[in-house]
Amino acid sequence: MTDAAMTPDSAHPSKSLTHADERTKKRNAAERRFHAYGIGAICTGMFFLIALLAAILSSGLPAFRQAVVEVPFTLTQEQYDEAEKALLKTGKYTEYFVTSLTDAMESEGVEIEFDKKAIERLLGKVGGDLRAYYRENEDQLGTPVSFELAAASRVDRYLKGTFKREDLQSGNRFFMPEDFNLIDAMREAGLIKQVFNWNFLTGVDTGVDNPGGAGIGASVLGSFFMMLVVLVLSLPIGVAASIYLEEFAPKNRFTDFIEVNISNLAAVPSIVFGILGLAVFIQFAHLPQSAPLVGGLVLTLMTLPTIIISTRASLKAVPPSIRDAALGVGASKMQAVFHHVLPLAAPGILTGTIIGLAQALGETAPLLLIGMVGFVARYPDTFVEGFIEPNSAVPAQIYNWAARSDAVFTEKAWGGIIVLLLFLITMNTIAVILRRRFERRW
Amino acid sequence: MSFVKLTTSALALTAMAATAAVARDQVQVAGSSTVLPYASIVAEAFGENFDFPTPVVESGGSSAGLKRFCQGVGTEHTDIANASRAIRDKEIKACAENGVTDIIEVRIGYDGIVFASQIQGPDYTAFTPSDIFNALAPQVMVDGALVDNPHKQWSDFNADLPAADILAFIPGTKHGTREVFEEKVIAAGCEATGAMEAMIAGGMSEDDAEDACLSVRTDGLSVDIDGDYTETLASIDANTNAIGVFGLAFYENNTDKLKVATMSGVEPTTESIAKGEYPVSRPLYFYIKKAHIGVIPGLKEYAQFFVADEVAGPDGPLAAYGLVSDPELADTQQMIADEETMGSNS
Repeated sequence: MTDAAMTPDSAHPSKSLTHADERTKKRNAAERRFHAYGIGAICTGMFFLIALLAAILSSGLPAFRQAVVEVPFTLTQEQYDEAEKALLKTGKYTEYFVTSLTDAMESEGVEIEFDKKAIERLLGKVGGDLRAYYRENEDQLGTPVSFELAAASRVDRYLKGTFKREDLQSGNRFFMPEDFNLIDAMREAGLIKQVFNWNFLTGVDTGVDNPGGAGIGASVLGSFFMMLVVLVLSLPIGVAASIYLEEFAPKNRFTDFIEVNISNLAAVPSIVFGILGLAVFIQFAHLPQSAPLVGGLVLTLMTLPTIIISTRASLKAVPPSIRDAALGVGASKMQAVFHHVLPLAAPGILTGTIIGLAQALGETAPLLLIGMVGFVARYPDTFVEGFIEPNSAVPAQIYNWAARSDAVFTEKAWGGIIVLLLFLITMNTIAVILRRRFERRW
Repeated sequence: MSFVKLTTSALALTAMAATAAVARDQVQVAGSSTVLPYASIVAEAFGENFDFPTPVVESGGSSAGLKRFCQGVGTEHTDIANASRAIRDKEIKACAENGVTDIIEVRIGYDGIVFASQIQGPDYTAFTPSDIFNALAPQVMVDGALVDNPHKQWSDFNADLPAADILAFIPGTKHGTREVFEEKVIAAGCEATGAMEAMIAGGMSEDDAEDACLSVRTDGLSVDIDGDYTETLASIDANTNAIGVFGLAFYENNTDKLKVATMSGVEPTTESIAKGEYPVSRPLYFYIKKAHIGVIPGLKEYAQFFVADEVAGPDGPLAAYGLVSDPELADTQQMIADEETMGSNS
């Protein structure tokens, strides 16, 4: 630092401008140290951020790829009728598919010893997909259809390199050591390959024995509907409450009491709102369990204080001259607030709302009590049903997957975190765009 | 005023939801986290195989599930409670107070855990809960006094056991199996060796002593495995002296690598577990609210599907995941078909 010597306006003028005295040197050193601390703090923060992102991406990105078995498959009318007669219909479909895959392997020239059991081990739960397809497309019976169906979780991990030959100490009913050779042979014949896992983004949760088929789509929708409820309820209520408290309410003990309580509410642990939601919305008001509507209502309670506090802060930040000017040219109090103060406070209000929503988006604890953490595997049929049909939420889904034993579910939990972050970034981007549009300077 | 509009529409939506709540069309299940994996397998398959919507299964524990189940009759209450234990009299009474009187008890199968070790390893062939407690508890009884566990080898406390270093791989705390292990093995050993009495005599309340009886030593000789049994097996393979806790089904598929120890003289087999002779097992249940059958579409079908031979039988997907299937499954199927409630014949 060569400019250290050049500090001309010292409180105690030194004897020489070119040679700093002891005091000045000390002060300059203190300043340099402070700079270093600041840079150090930022670097530490950046390091953790990068480490976190790297960990999330490296663990989560594999969830977006999926090993599939691709094979042309023909289901005859007789097979279809027979399968539909069985109790476990999907089991029948799987059986047919295994047979057809075995034939395909012979015709593709896979020259390796294998039995049907081995094929079953390599396949995911294909029956459900097959049945769903043929129920929709009965006209496809008898004609060959090319299917891409999820392979078993260990096949998936082997192709991704997270499950290696040397990891397998001994075989079991899920996987035998010789299966590795079979996978290699099938990969060479083009029967097994890796594709982008659209199902992860669009699918629903699956049973613990079907990690390959699990998707986060339904819970993203659940989170979306919850956020909609939170936004629609907490923004108008929060803004109305803060405008009244800030601009109209008389300053007395009662309003002071309300103010203190709003601040206190902001600090209440979220699980408390969950208990409240269970008691009030489900048991008293008889709203449906596990529904995004109830989740949204609970999170609204949680978000309201945040929004009120930030809205009041941004209303306070509007210069009083704006109000005075509006009142001076004859506007009513309400006109002054709605035409002049509120538009100027809007950017701050939006920021507060987005922070509140982001907090609500990542919340799992209150959802636990209203039944949104569990096995929910369906999409709502209509927009209205989106609010009242049982659904999960993204953080709840991540929590669920992380607790399951299959490594593919853990991978999907990480993938879910990426989806959650993307959701959050989208929300923030919208906030930034809106803020830019409303922003006014004075 | 757009605020007014928004608020009114929100209220309208709430009202709409309240009316729609009456017409719930999916089965709602809550309860044991041990049953949850099985229930999720069945729920998914049920959704795939029937035209009914996929049931919603929540966890939260047997007690919480039964409590919600007992809150009343009506679509806002759950239809089925999963439980890893039988319903208690207290709970039946609580149910009755809220009008839930006709309950169908369905036993879906058994959850059994076994102690196994390397096939070439030391002769761990017979254990009692006291042996496991003496090996793994943080404090044990030595010469009539409660002391920090000094045992390093199995032969230190039982001359019949091999002189091999103690090392055990047990299910981690997030496993349902952990609970059985704690209750049926560690706690039983705690009582049998007199350690529990000594704790109470030492000034602990009975509840505290019961809790203290469930803990395991933390000096590295007892290792929690949070992954699946494959991980336990890998650890056993790497440690000649170790014993590990497995599900029965898993052990049976790996008899070439593992040998199993008897518990209190009973060999773990599907039969001995089903009969209740083997001590470290428990039946798994779910409870159906009979009043909801016919109101909630698919409820009876779900229950019947759950215990069907194709699902809960020895070759079904539940057994493949580790459930010990119930040899009396046919009776259970008949019971659901007849909607036979608890107490109607026993």
